[in-house]
Amino acid sequence: MTNLLGLAGRPRSPYSPVLMQGAAPDVAYRHRHLLGIEGLSPEDIKYVLDLADGYVELNRQAEKKRSVLRGRTIINCFFENSTRTRTSFEVAGKRLGGDVINMSVAASSMHKGETLIDTAMTLNAMHPDVLIVRHPESGAVHLLAEKLDCAVINAGDGSHEHPTQALLDALTIRRRKGRLGGLTVAICGDVLHSRVARSNIALLNIMGARVRVVAPRTLLPAEIERLGVEVFHDMAEGLADVDIVMMLRLQSERMYGAFVPSTREYFHFFGLDYEKLRAAKPDALIMHPGPMNRGVEIGSEVADDIDRSLIRHQVEMGVAVRMACLEILTGDLGNGPPRFPPPRVGEG
Amino acid sequence: MSRLLFRGARLLDPESGLDAPGDLLVEGDRIVAVGGNLAAGARDAETVDAEGLCLGPGLVDMRVQLREPGAEHMESIETGGHAAAAGGVTTMVALPNTDPPVDDVSVVEFLARRAREAKLAKIHTYAAATKGLRGRDLTEMGLLSANGALGFTDGVQAVADALVMQRVLAYARTFDLLVIQHPEEPSLARAGEVSEGEIATRLGLPAITPAAEVIMIERDLRLVEITGARYHAAHVSTAAGVEAIRRAKARGLPVTSDTAPPYFVLNETAIGDYRTFAKLSPPLRSEWDRRAVIEGLRDGTIDAIASDHAPWDQDSKRLPFSSAAYGIVGLETLLPLALELYHNRHLGLLQLIQRLTWNPARILRVPVARLAPGAPADLVLFDPDVSWRICTDDFRSKSKNAPFDGRPVQGRVRRTMVDGRTIFQREA
Repeated sequence: MTNLLGLAGRPRSPYSPVLMQGAAPDVAYRHRHLLGIEGLSPEDIKYVLDLADGYVELNRQAEKKRSVLRGRTIINCFFENSTRTRTSFEVAGKRLGGDVINMSVAASSMHKGETLIDTAMTLNAMHPDVLIVRHPESGAVHLLAEKLDCAVINAGDGSHEHPTQALLDALTIRRRKGRLGGLTVAICGDVLHSRVARSNIALLNIMGARVRVVAPRTLLPAEIERLGVEVFHDMAEGLADVDIVMMLRLQSERMYGAFVPSTREYFHFFGLDYEKLRAAKPDALIMHPGPMNRGVEIGSEVADDIDRSLIRHQVEMGVAVRMACLEILTGDLGNGPPRFPPPRVGEG
Repeated sequence: MSRLLFRGARLLDPESGLDAPGDLLVEGDRIVAVGGNLAAGARDAETVDAEGLCLGPGLVDMRVQLREPGAEHMESIETGGHAAAAGGVTTMVALPNTDPPVDDVSVVEFLARRAREAKLAKIHTYAAATKGLRGRDLTEMGLLSANGALGFTDGVQAVADALVMQRVLAYARTFDLLVIQHPEEPSLARAGEVSEGEIATRLGLPAITPAAEVIMIERDLRLVEITGARYHAAHVSTAAGVEAIRRAKARGLPVTSDTAPPYFVLNETAIGDYRTFAKLSPPLRSEWDRRAVIEGLRDGTIDAIASDHAPWDQDSKRLPFSSAAYGIVGLETLLPLALELYHNRHLGLLQLIQRLTWNPARILRVPVARLAPGAPADLVLFDPDVSWRICTDDFRSKSKNAPFDGRPVQGRVRRTMVDGRTIFQREA
């Protein structure tokens, strides 16, 4: 059976043992881009995670090079500073044999007055296969995707979505806990400005986890509970009996005074230390998308606890998840990529 | 342990609604018994004959300026404490507009230590809502509250910026804290010093529209609706302001308010020929507003009466009207001026005492203002009827700025007790 994207039910990688179990193997990722978690099905997510699982093993071997992306051009197009995410995508693309080009937009045409759409059309003319985009404005990546013929991966748009982060977080959790459904996850801190929080809230809900957010009211957007979370303003209450504690970075450079009074007060009430962690389950694990502000949202002793902190694992899973995403979006599409995104599951 | 028996007083306890003659026994720092006749069980106790006098919880004054630290030549914890004692005030809350302002835990701790040393009235403090009272950045409300700050306010100025106010309220709501606003739209208040109207026009003084109050209150009420924070409008002075709060309470918003004696015993005519002692912020209003404030006190829209004690030295007040400082001292005149509401039959005596004690204590969440066994012995014994004239030279406060010199009043404090210690006593 071949689905709309031509992603047939064969394992996409020899490193996907999990794919052969669980859901029917012909259930694949059915979208042309990866712009956000919202709109994905549990099967879509499981498909990516299963594929990525295999790449985790590959990445731990001495010989990591594959040729899945040979001849493909991948452009890392970052309109906002990033080291971690950009490098992660670059490593992922190169391990799969693709040609990865880093476009430093800070030093290019955007600053000469070119509009975003002009930039898109220029890039389009170079026939890339995948464009990986980060942009400081929410929705900008979607705007680009409409104008491009290639697949687009959202590497973070404003305070909207950062889907590969949520996928790598999900892979990290699933590998440690064996599942996502039924877990209770507390997302703590600056939810207001966080694209990581929005993507994670969406993904965890889709996969049947229970999601809480814990933050002072100044760091929570209005009606956040409508996104499927339980809201807490007290760490002890919010962390009670959770399986996973996900800390978010306080974007201190632009926030002191305006949203929270000081580092000292923030850490006292909302920073993660062993004292607050006591409320969580004894085997609760700690995550952070990085980069961390030690002593602001997380104490060093917790961040560096090798038994409970998954922060380094998250970085490792990031490369594997991005390899999976790149492979899926450049997969053998039979008749070539459809010009328009196919209908989603359940819509046709 | 020392025991003191008040005999035959008219006992006034707003919490229980008690208003009856009886005895009250104090042992150590606590009230141990309240009842009809306690003489039998208290033979060893020192007895105070309170026949013809009223005994109620000590007054809780939720708005004073004590000028310490920074302007001790105008008032200090010590002198303010003595003024409070003479006024029957056993608990008071200072505004954070000191120098340095109360926007840091260390200043809260300093004030607590000074109050312990003075051992007079119980002194609490509000902390600034924004750092340096500048109206921009939030203060460490969580830590300040944990160290004793009872609420958050920028003192004698409003938090002007609506977005900042929204965040102040939202952040306060996180910790269930009280936010107190000086309800006056600053851009309108900049226009003058007195309330707009005929008096201002005749005197040729630049004036502020009375709507400056209701505009700020209405804005804040919208933000309270969004954030759910506990909000308190200070010294409400206009009919429109009272009405806005009345409607908000009817809608169930977590809103309270207070007013100060000048706003129900004076109107704008007190300015006379440029009397700077009658220069207040907010300014004295029209007679119509004054009556609306009384009506607000009567129906409970205005919960509390505070002195709004604002000490200023001569140099700050003996100036042309426009250059003079705002505010008057009020601790020592709080009770007799408030009693005018009783003598003029606007409020019953128990109702009045409720607005001076139990209501502010409840808003502030301090465990005082009760005549009940086990409660702290914070008491005021007063003669409700005795006639006398206010004499500002007799004030214990270091500053004498009040427009009430020579005013005939009725009712006077006879004894003030804090935690079983008598901190003020006056013979008949």
